[in-house]
Amino acid sequence: MTEAPPKIRLRGLSKAFGEKRVLDGVDLDIRAGHGMVILGGSGSGKSVTIKCILGLIQPDAGSIEVDGRDLLSMPRRDREALNDRIGMLFQNGALFDSLPVWENVCFKLLAQKRITRGKARDKAAEVLAQVGLAASVGDLSPSELSGGMQKRVGLARAIAAEPDIIFFDEPTTGLDPIMGAVIDGLIVDVVKRLGATAVSITHDMASARRIGDDAAMLHKGRIIWTGHASALGDTGNAMVDQFARGEREGPIQMELRR
Amino acid sequence: MLNPLAAVGRGVIGGCRTVGAVVLFALTGVSHLLRPPFYGRLFVKHLLEIAYFSLPVVALTAIFTGMVLALQSYTGFARFNAEGAVANVVVLSITRELGPVLAGLMVAGRIGAAFAAEIGTMRVTDQIDALTTLSTNPVKYLVAPRLLAGVLALPFLVLVADILGVMGGWLIGTTKLGFGSAGYLKATMDFLQVMDVVSGLVKAAVFGFVITLMGCWCGYNSRGGAQGVGAATTAAVVWSSVLILALDYMLTELFFAQ
Ligand SMILES: Nc1ncnc2c1ncn2[C@@H]1O[C@H](COP(=O)(O)OP(=O)(O)OP(=O)(O)O)[C@@H](O)[C@H]1O
Ligand SMILES: [Mg+2]
Repeated sequence: MTEAPPKIRLRGLSKAFGEKRVLDGVDLDIRAGHGMVILGGSGSGKSVTIKCILGLIQPDAGSIEVDGRDLLSMPRRDREALNDRIGMLFQNGALFDSLPVWENVCFKLLAQKRITRGKARDKAAEVLAQVGLAASVGDLSPSELSGGMQKRVGLARAIAAEPDIIFFDEPTTGLDPIMGAVIDGLIVDVVKRLGATAVSITHDMASARRIGDDAAMLHKGRIIWTGHASALGDTGNAMVDQFARGEREGPIQMELRR
Repeated sequence: MLNPLAAVGRGVIGGCRTVGAVVLFALTGVSHLLRPPFYGRLFVKHLLEIAYFSLPVVALTAIFTGMVLALQSYTGFARFNAEGAVANVVVLSITRELGPVLAGLMVAGRIGAAFAAEIGTMRVTDQIDALTTLSTNPVKYLVAPRLLAGVLALPFLVLVADILGVMGGWLIGTTKLGFGSAGYLKATMDFLQVMDVVSGLVKAAVFGFVITLMGCWCGYNSRGGAQGVGAATTAAVVWSSVLILALDYMLTELFFAQ
């Protein structure tokens, strides 16, 4: 990682909730136009890291730079302008259940006035087709969808405004293996087509290899390893390999009680 | 030994901090009403939700209150041979006090709870965070339209309650207490002053603001899953009810103290 400056640069990112230190000096570079996969055990702070970058959680210390500009010292207006170019798929979908699916999908385009309500339905149908959903789904309410369908609608909502940075928080969890592969393919596609930078969190190694160029492992509040996603399972780092292979014995001892 | 004192001090400081935060929240909400974009569609939806769908509850409350007022004041005044004052007592009590307070309490139960539950659920399912990532200010989208709807809907409801309350008194007055229909209405109108009605409507607007504010505040700051949302809902109803009664006293003092 020498050539171009990173799209996103984290330095010393720290966050504690009360007594509990979740992030303890995270350093990470994310290359522009590439897929980064963040790995880590449950509760290791992967979602918190992404929420810090999105400005949803205020870190206690450290810096977050996007395109070389520090987010934390940025005026609010610039920060909002930056958020306009970021897409996010939340871990649990976070669809608005007071709105039909089509309005969910086109929410950002409507908010930015890049589309009229009259056109939004057709646009939604188009994006839904990209994630393998029929246009008729657009008229349903999110509560009428299965978990996997909600995930796909969430994905459609994240990419509808064609952002240049996209965060996927466990995009394939809860999908059947085939749909998981389809979604992975879609993510790779979108990233290529938009030239976007994609940051994904996943527990699924097959998926990680498919959607990631680079990978990083978060453990005990720090990034303990970064490297090529294709090397996962055979990195030479005992902890990463244990995690990637899903072995019970190894340097990582699961804390079953907290 | 100083522990009880310290606890009191902590409580006071915490209380002050919360009051400050609520005031700031309210000012932010109001300031968003003055800056575009405006969510007219949401405003109309909430206006209907508060004004139209609260009508049956408020109407029933008002009619029965008018009826019982007539009955009770008749028994009371009969002891002083002052039965003629029944119409005045009914109309003054309803317009100045009972209309706004009872309508406020009813709406607090319906709307304060509904808003807290809805916004609270959005908070714990990341939907509020999702709004931010979709180029939408959550306070502007969720809070501002509700505040405005509350301030406008409550005076309307109270006006209806005033009319129906007087009708309730009239019903009992003419059917059970032996007043003439025209005479009762004339006595009602003769003593009524514009200020009586206006003060009631001003109270209503204030109560509408307080109810929607507490609903939004408690929901917006809820955490901890379904249980947190339940607690937020309870808190919204309790606090808006208490505030309604406290503010009712203060506003009465303001309007009518010599
Ligand atoms: N808003 C919050 N308030 C308090 N604690 C929080 C909050 N958000 C996260 N945490 C804590 O921070 C830790 C990390 O949470 P996070 O959601 O980032 O985990 P994760 O790595 O995404 O795990 P998973 O793979 O299970 O999603 C957890 O222990 C959680 O309890
Ligand atoms: Mg997570």
